[in-house]
Amino acid sequence: MTGWPLLSIVTFLPAAGAILILLSRSLSRGESAGYDAGVRLLTLIVTAATFFVSLLAFAAFDPNLQAFQLVENIPWAFGASYHLGVDSLGMTLILLTTFLTPLCILASWSVSKQVATYMVLFLLLETLMIGVFCSMDLILFYLFFEGGLIPMFILIGVWGGERRVYAAFKFFLYTLLGSILMLVAIVAMINIAGTSSIPDLLRYASTTGFDPNVQIWLWLAFFASFAVKLPMWPVHTWLPDAHVEAPTAGSVVLAAILLKMGGYGFLRFSLPMFPSASHFFTPMMFALSVIAIVWASLVAFRQLDMKKLIAYSSVAHMGFVTLGIFSGTMQGIQGAIYQMLSHGIISGALFLCVGVVYDRMHTREIAFYGGLVNRMPVYAAVFMLFTMGNVGLPGTSGFPGEILTMVGAFQINAWFVAVAATGVIFSAAYALTLYRKVALGDIVNPKLNGIADLDAREWVQFVPLIVATLIMGFAPHYILQFTDGTAHAIAAAYNGAAP
Amino acid sequence: MNAPMIDFAASLPHARPELLLVGFALAAILAGAWFKDKSAGLLSGLGVVVLLAAGGVAILDRPLAPVPIFQGSLVVDGLSVFAKVLIAWSSAATLLLGADHFAKTNERRFEFPVLIVLATLGMFVMVSARDLISLYVGVELQSLAAYVLAAWRRDDAHSSEAGLKYFVLSAISSGLLLFGSSFVYGFTGSIHFDAIASAIAQGAGGVGLIFGLVLMLCALGFKMSAAPFHMWTPDVYEGAPTPVTAFFAAAPKVAAVALMMRILYEPFASIADQWRQVVVALSAISMMWGSIAALLQTNLKRLMAYSSIGNMGFALMGLAAGPGLGPTSSLVYLALYLPATIGIFALILAMRREGVAHETVADLAGLGQKRPWMASMFTMLLFSVAGIPPFAGFIGKLLVFRAAVDSHLIWLAVVGGIAAVIAAGYYLRMLASIWFSPSQQTLQPASGAIVVTATTAAALTFPVLVLVLGAIQQWAEWAVGRSF
Repeated sequence: MTGWPLLSIVTFLPAAGAILILLSRSLSRGESAGYDAGVRLLTLIVTAATFFVSLLAFAAFDPNLQAFQLVENIPWAFGASYHLGVDSLGMTLILLTTFLTPLCILASWSVSKQVATYMVLFLLLETLMIGVFCSMDLILFYLFFEGGLIPMFILIGVWGGERRVYAAFKFFLYTLLGSILMLVAIVAMINIAGTSSIPDLLRYASTTGFDPNVQIWLWLAFFASFAVKLPMWPVHTWLPDAHVEAPTAGSVVLAAILLKMGGYGFLRFSLPMFPSASHFFTPMMFALSVIAIVWASLVAFRQLDMKKLIAYSSVAHMGFVTLGIFSGTMQGIQGAIYQMLSHGIISGALFLCVGVVYDRMHTREIAFYGGLVNRMPVYAAVFMLFTMGNVGLPGTSGFPGEILTMVGAFQINAWFVAVAATGVIFSAAYALTLYRKVALGDIVNPKLNGIADLDAREWVQFVPLIVATLIMGFAPHYILQFTDGTAHAIAAAYNGAAP
Repeated sequence: MNAPMIDFAASLPHARPELLLVGFALAAILAGAWFKDKSAGLLSGLGVVVLLAAGGVAILDRPLAPVPIFQGSLVVDGLSVFAKVLIAWSSAATLLLGADHFAKTNERRFEFPVLIVLATLGMFVMVSARDLISLYVGVELQSLAAYVLAAWRRDDAHSSEAGLKYFVLSAISSGLLLFGSSFVYGFTGSIHFDAIASAIAQGAGGVGLIFGLVLMLCALGFKMSAAPFHMWTPDVYEGAPTPVTAFFAAAPKVAAVALMMRILYEPFASIADQWRQVVVALSAISMMWGSIAALLQTNLKRLMAYSSIGNMGFALMGLAAGPGLGPTSSLVYLALYLPATIGIFALILAMRREGVAHETVADLAGLGQKRPWMASMFTMLLFSVAGIPPFAGFIGKLLVFRAAVDSHLIWLAVVGGIAAVIAAGYYLRMLASIWFSPSQQTLQPASGAIVVTATTAAALTFPVLVLVLGAIQQWAEWAVGRSF
């Protein structure tokens, strides 16, 4: 298997599926129900195949090696090259992407408007997301990073809720403004270091190093992009809008994968390439993280819309990620990576849970629901599990990440962590309140009397997520061992330059 | 620099692309006078072939070192060849679109191909001019043909207004150009670029020379519609018939940028510190104003006018950056900008319902549902012009940013970045109309010429481009290396 360009196949298999759908559409002329069903099935098969190939890549990957692996390097124009490769950070995020996308396609089964276009965009989005996590060239990375905005913009704008156009614009322009500053910084880095290859830049940063004064500016430009993407307080305001208006699968992808690009960026670029600037900005990052944790939790508590509540809880959870990353300790970085994976699964699952009742009742208003446990016992159980995961209950995947990030950050500054820890309590407050209002009690609203429990498709969609949540909760060491080498390398690069 | 002068007879073989155009233009006028407008279709077809051939001949005749011809008044070098190919091929595409369009609207006249070819000839002279006289002759030949083209619909008030406005304002800028040239001549004692360069190197000039240079830059800024000399652009773009607008938005921009590049890097290269501020200001103002002013426009052609103003700002950023990466990045930027612009105009031409042209943003509504292919092409082209990856326009912006950062103009790159985000606002507005708005009545099926042009342009913005990008860049580097 070693001779195969596995990463290229994983990256471009979805795009190939998209081209196939486009060709079939121009051949079939006119969209019928049968054609739509065929397109859905084809997309599911393509995304499942992509997951399978990514497992092959996983099998070929050796976590004990420090270097980037499965490397493909073809020179392109103006010094840039088509250069792919992964370390264990990239590998886990690629697996998360390929694992969640088929579930998103299942969750999109009820989409009936312009099905072929929807599926084409989703497949292109998957290609671009995977590309971000395995690009080993700055320019290639930027192509994928920015390109992802286009399908997401159209997905939100066409298949979204009532204020979809507003949300799509806000999402696009907000993220673009952040990224364009990063582009200027990327250009400056290439000029200074004379290469756009990420491994070479990492080597440059650990040997020669960027001038500390220049680092400050480069760090700020990258921060502008990743902080918007992650999103950090106070540039998170696009997120609730985009989440609420996006179709269910769009929300899942946004929360589970697109937000991770921010964390990935901090880990891949900010920390190891600009270590002295990262040191310099650590107090600011801690403060912003803690504000995000406490403030977003409090805001989440007062939401009337289920999706908006989960969106704000995402902001809070991402606060733990940045807290862990900028502690610069092994535990903190390990915890951040873990928290990103766990949040990907749990928030994705929670959005799917909202999607289940939204498909049936076409409203996300919390007050509309109540007493669902009486009609939908299985759903209530599933929802319960993911709510607990969101709270960070030991035994679910939410726990190890949160505790590790706090342990890591505690070594740097105990006070910030003390405040952040209150966020754990707040998260229990809003998540359990949501659960109580939606699932427990008696059915008051007569419209809910006929609501049906999970059907077979929804079972299929939730089972893998449940399994993943529990495995990650009870046996975190598998993943922690896997990401150990990368976390160690990042922490070493960061601390090696400590003043 | 001082290659031996070649006399008239020996110069002719080096001017084969120009001679081809002259020959065609004269023959076509004669044929048109004889057969009247019946010959328009045939002449247009031939014109497309001749323009494509002129570009091809220019490539075949590319010189190894700059060859001054006609006693040094013109030069055949890398820059002129590069620009001629872009100019000839984009003129061919717009001539194709125009012939097709005017056949549909029953406005077929044989002068159309003649004027396009003459304007192209003027641009050929512009990009190879090596003294102040041939520079002015080239600019005027191009402009005079352009005035007539802008006023093509004689009985339409908008079109006549466009023609008149263009003529009056452009005449002023030509006056500035002459005025500036006379200063340069007066203070250096020569009209030849290399003589001017050596005079400046020996200390000629002073304030008078700078005065002349700035006047010339203003005039050229007008020709390429760089802000603050852009006032004519939106009105002329809106009033002129759409294929003519497509023509204005494409080839003349290349000619003006190439001409400015030659002036700045050949005779005035040694006083770069003087002109850099001017070019930087032109670039920054164009980028910002092109983006901000477009936000509230509803007419697609006006939008594209502001879009071209903004894009010229980015091309000027490369010029401002100075030797090294600068000229190459500008040339690549133009090479990537041209197909996207022509493609967008081709699609605007395709927006006809029951024989009536529709050209506002609202008319794009529902394209995503009714015509997914056309909508996809529109999306690719608009994102390319907006500079969003992975499309071609992004690479152009990346290169000019790189040139700017390389010469310590980081703030200019940041201004460009912010302008790009603002500009994304109106490109997104068009896309929102295409994809998000409920559909209207269906459009007429597009003609073959439009389909071919738009598909080629869309393919060039991404799938094809990925493979040929390295070639374009090497080609631009070759062009810059074989010039100046």
